[in-house]
Parts: sequence; structure tokens; C-alpha cells
Amino acid sequence: MSVVALGIDVGSTTCKAVAVDGQGCILARRLEPANPRIEQQAERILQELRAETGSAPPVGATGYGRKRVAASRVLTEITCHARGAFALTHRPGVLVDIGGQDTKVIQIGGNGEVLDFTMNDKCAAGTGRFLETILARLAVPLSEAAEYASRASHPILVSSTCTVFAESEVISMVAAGEPLEGIVKGLHTALASRVSSLTRARAGGEIFMSGGVALNAAMVVALSESLGKPVLVMPDAQFVGAIGAALYAMA
Amino acid sequence: MILRRLQYEMAGHAGLALIRFQDWQKARSRNKGKGKGKPSLFGPPLECLGKLKEMMSLHYLQGRYADGAVPVAWVTSGFPVEILRPLGFHTLYPENHAAMCGALRLVPQLSDSAEQEGYSRDLCSYARTDFGCGLLHTTPVGRLPKPDLLACSNNICQTVLYWYKALAAHYNVPLVLIDTPFVYGEAKPHHVQYVRTQLEELVSVAERVSGRRMNYDELSAIMVRSREGSRLWGECLAKAKAKPAPWTGIDGFFHMGPIVALRGSEECNAYYRMLRDELQDRVNRGIGGILNEKHRLLWDNLPMWFATREISTLLAERGFSFACTSYTNAWAEAAGKISPADPIGSAAHACMHIILNQDLCNRLGILTRLARDYSCDGAVLHSDRSCKPYSVGQIDLKERLTKEMGLKVLLLESDHNDPRSWASEPGANRLSAFMESFA
Repeated sequence: MSVVALGIDVGSTTCKAVAVDGQGCILARRLEPANPRIEQQAERILQELRAETGSAPPVGATGYGRKRVAASRVLTEITCHARGAFALTHRPGVLVDIGGQDTKVIQIGGNGEVLDFTMNDKCAAGTGRFLETILARLAVPLSEAAEYASRASHPILVSSTCTVFAESEVISMVAAGEPLEGIVKGLHTALASRVSSLTRARAGGEIFMSGGVALNAAMVVALSESLGKPVLVMPDAQFVGAIGAALYAMA
Repeated sequence: MILRRLQYEMAGHAGLALIRFQDWQKARSRNKGKGKGKPSLFGPPLECLGKLKEMMSLHYLQGRYADGAVPVAWVTSGFPVEILRPLGFHTLYPENHAAMCGALRLVPQLSDSAEQEGYSRDLCSYARTDFGCGLLHTTPVGRLPKPDLLACSNNICQTVLYWYKALAAHYNVPLVLIDTPFVYGEAKPHHVQYVRTQLEELVSVAERVSGRRMNYDELSAIMVRSREGSRLWGECLAKAKAKPAPWTGIDGFFHMGPIVALRGSEECNAYYRMLRDELQDRVNRGIGGILNEKHRLLWDNLPMWFATREISTLLAERGFSFACTSYTNAWAEAAGKISPADPIGSAAHACMHIILNQDLCNRLGILTRLARDYSCDGAVLHSDRSCKPYSVGQIDLKERLTKEMGLKVLLLESDHNDPRSWASEPGANRLSAFMESFA
């Protein structure tokens, strides 16, 4: 199958890019920590994909750094995530994308269109950064967070109002001898409750999840418990936006 | 006193020439060495704009010399100001003045000084702006006249009461509060009577402060003019029902000055006749507020005074514009309530029935009517950190507008005057995603 388009999602934490065929199936991919020199990083990644696939198809760009990418289609993450998720599921639903800097809840219609969306406002407390910051403080590697949480008998309540407040709260808990596992589970519960408050009004449909945080199994469980329904993790969860951007570039 | 009065009157006449001269000077300096920029996304500026600027500048210029010459009242935007006019009051609207400071992006500095004085950043940004101007003795209009009377009504919010109490303590002048019971559906007769009694008390306080007796014939004449002004303003707004709309809702925000600050005066009405005719002319010639109108939106709540250009440009780039706003419409709603035969009673009725003093069903009715009459296919509900009474209920409004009217609706968080509450990049991203969803 030949490459039809490239899609790049320049996020706040990571930069994701894909080369896809006409159905949106990934033929090549790249994922790197985001570099502030967006233009150079994006161009290099796209060049690598062109070299790997031996083609130079049109490029779609999304993410907060999208305007700095030389692309034929430039669209917001909301639009691209909806398109990418629909290409993967072929059905309507509610996509919860928890990224490093923002959390998006997108209601997707029967034709893959955006019916409505909500995002966390001006605050890191509902995002991946919340976990990243506090786990770093606890010296728990992000990759082991799910394991820690699964060992906990019960979550220890952590506030989700503010990442900075939660951080100092957690430090006090550690000092008071609370078990690390319970705290880690509590962090997941706190983030899930924050995200589900954005989601709940739209929770009539099936819930899909994407973004880097979707790779964290404990977070998926916590969100599912908070919403009281199953959460389906998208395959290639971090590439949903890039796939959507590539699909738009084809049009 | 006589000299002061002379200065006040002179400012009203000679000031005009001075403002025109200043404008001419500024226009000249702007044109010097000006290169060719991007092609405009907007229709040609309204010709009346010069007249508007002249009127408002003159109002503030006269204000510089008002105290000591004539009685001065500071009033809230929902106050029945008509009652003060026959007594010769020069009126100043701190909200209108604060909006000017907001549009000029002066608020962070002004608010900082208010915050240093102990006022919370959670307080309304208009109030912080006003306190900041007082504390720093600064204003973009040169000088604000000191009040002899503070006239406030809680028909727009409760904050104004505490704001004006602070002003009353600072200036040591009487404060009149018109307390308006919240209206569910229609006002009850005893509620109207309660407000009417307060307005009668206002007359006696204002008479004492001004040293004049109320002339009820003159008050009736002012009520007629006020009703006419409100009706004319409504006609101006209604011109945007045409496709393309001859002006945008954002233009409307800037043309509110006279109906807010000069309501009841003949010059206010003359201005809106001129504006109405110009808008009709643009309708006849197919001139739009933006050049490529594809989608028409409704805006709810106060504008973000500091970001009107940013937002209207972002929208116009994709053929979107605001055809109507619930905020500008509020000043057209009063027309039907005012009756010259019963000036005090009808003023009580009118000031109770403003949008912020009525229940959510009424607000939904207004938004639904506006969206339908102005053929809107979407709405932006500005969740205004500084105006809670206007922002509460917007999540329900969003749901109803979406379900019942099939509108696409965006809730946009910001503030009407403090740019520090507006995250420009994420905000623009939300607006962009919202516009993309129309494709």
C-alpha cells in the first residue's frame, strides 16, 4: 500500500507524525519529545518519513505548533482528533484526549464531524502534566505508575483543584507516612474525576480515549470507574491527531 | 462658580473644534510613511464613527469642567438616568469609562494599584479599573469630575452596591441605591411599587443635591426622547438582519456610548438616526461589516474590550462575524416600557426588566429570538469572570440553544476588561476549532 499523506501533531509535550495510506492506516511513524524549535524539528521528522516511505505526499498539521509547519492543511487538534478517531472506530462517540497540556472532550457525530467539544480551561490540573509533575516529585517513573496504583488497596484522596496545591499536599502525605501506592492511585482518581466532570454531560455515547495518558492503564481504569462505563483506548492512542491531520491533507 | 460654569459651557463648544483638530493631526501623523499592509477583511469604516468619537470625546471633555459648575452624578449602567437630567446633572458612567480603559489596555496597571490597596482580583474588573483610576489619579480622558451624588441600581449586579459604597466613603457624598427585586416572568405590582417609592425618594435626594426642583413636564419630555433613543438604537441593530450584515456586533459594542451615557438627549437620538440611515444605505448597496460573510454568530455577555480586534479578525479570516449580541440588544429592550404619562412608574418598570434582572427563561427567550431574527447558525457565550450574573446559567443556555435550535455553541472563558484572564493562544484555538466544526 502506498503512502497517501503525512500528518504531524505538534503537541506541547510530544511531537507525533505519521505516514498513512488511503484508509488512514499507519505505514511509518515518529514520536519525539517536543522541541521548542518547532520548524526545524517538524521539518526533520517529515523529511525522515519521506525518506523512509520514499514518497513526498501532502502534509496535514495540527497541535499547538501547527502554524509553524509547512503543510497543505492546518487544522486544530479538535477537528483532527475527531477525524482520526472516527477513522479508527467508524462510529460516533465521545473522545477523551488527555495530553500533556490540555484535555479535550469531543463529541463525534455519525459522519465523524465535531458536534461539540470542551477543554480544560487555563489550568494544568486536568491534564497529563498533573500526573507527570507529581509523580516526578514522588520519584515514581511514569511507566510504573499503573503498577503502583494497582497495588493500592484504596486511593488516598488528593485534591484536583490545582497541580501546585496537589503537589504540596502529596509531599505532606508522604511525610505523614501514607503509602505511596495509595497516593498514586489517589492521583489517578483525582485526575479522572476532573476529566469526567468535563465528560459527564456528553457521556450518552461510547467513550473513546486517546493521548499519551491513555497508555497509562491505571488512568483508563480510574476514568472508567469515575464515568461508570467502559472506556475504549484507541489503537495508536498518541497518533490519533496526526492520523486525522493526514486524512485532511488527502482531501 | 460662574467661571467654572463658563468653562463647562465653553468645553461644550470650543472643545469640539479642538477634538476635530486633534483627530486631523493624528490622522496626518498616521498616514506619514504608511506602507501598504494586508488587504482588509472588513467593510469600509462607518462614516458616523467620526461623529461618535466627537460626541463621546466632547462628553468627557465637558466632564473635566463639570464639578463646581453643575451637579455631577456617577451612575451605573442600569440606572434610570432620565430622572437626573431635568435637575441639570452631568452624568458619568464609571462602567463606560472603565470599558474605554479596557479597550486601551490600561487595566492591568490600574488593577494592580487597586489590588495593592486590598481589593481582590476576583472583584469585577470594571470596579478595579475605576478604583485604579481614582488611586492613581489617572484617566485617558484627562480628568473625571468629582461626584456630588452616586446613583446605583442593583438591577445589573450586587457588586455595584459595594463598589459605590466604597466611592461614597471616598468622596463623602450621598449614595442612592435603587434596589430592584429579581423578576421571574413579569414584575409583580408590589415589586414595581417598591421600586417606584425608591425612585420618588431619589427625586427628593437629587433635588437637595442639585438645589433645583423637579420639572415633571421636562422629565416627561426626556422620557419621550429616551424611549425614542432606545427605539432608534433597536433600529440600528436590526439593520444587521440583512445579509450581509452592514456592521458587526463588535461595531455595535463601540456605538453603544450614546445610548448608555447620553440617553434622553436629542444629540443621542440625532446620532442614531444618522447611524441608522448610513446602515440602511450600506444594506441597499450590499456593503457588509466583513467582506466575506459566510456564517453569522450570536454573542452573549459583555465584550472582551481588550481583544475585540483580535477576535473579530480571527473570525473574519474565515468569514464569520457576530450579527447580534445580547448585550447591545439590552439597550433596545427598554423602549416599550417607558411611558411619558407616568415617568416614575414606567422608569421603575423599565429598570426592573433589564436582562440581568430577569430569570434564565427570559434570557433563553431573548437569545432564541435574536438567533432566529438575525439568522445565526452559531453562538459564542462569553463566560465572563467579572460578570457572574451574566455568566451564570450559560451551560444550560448552551444546551438549550444546541438542542432546541440546532445552533453550534461555544462557551468561551475570559473577562470583559482584564486581559490577564484571557489566555490568547488557547482561546484562539477554541474559536478556530469552533469555526472548523461548521465545515
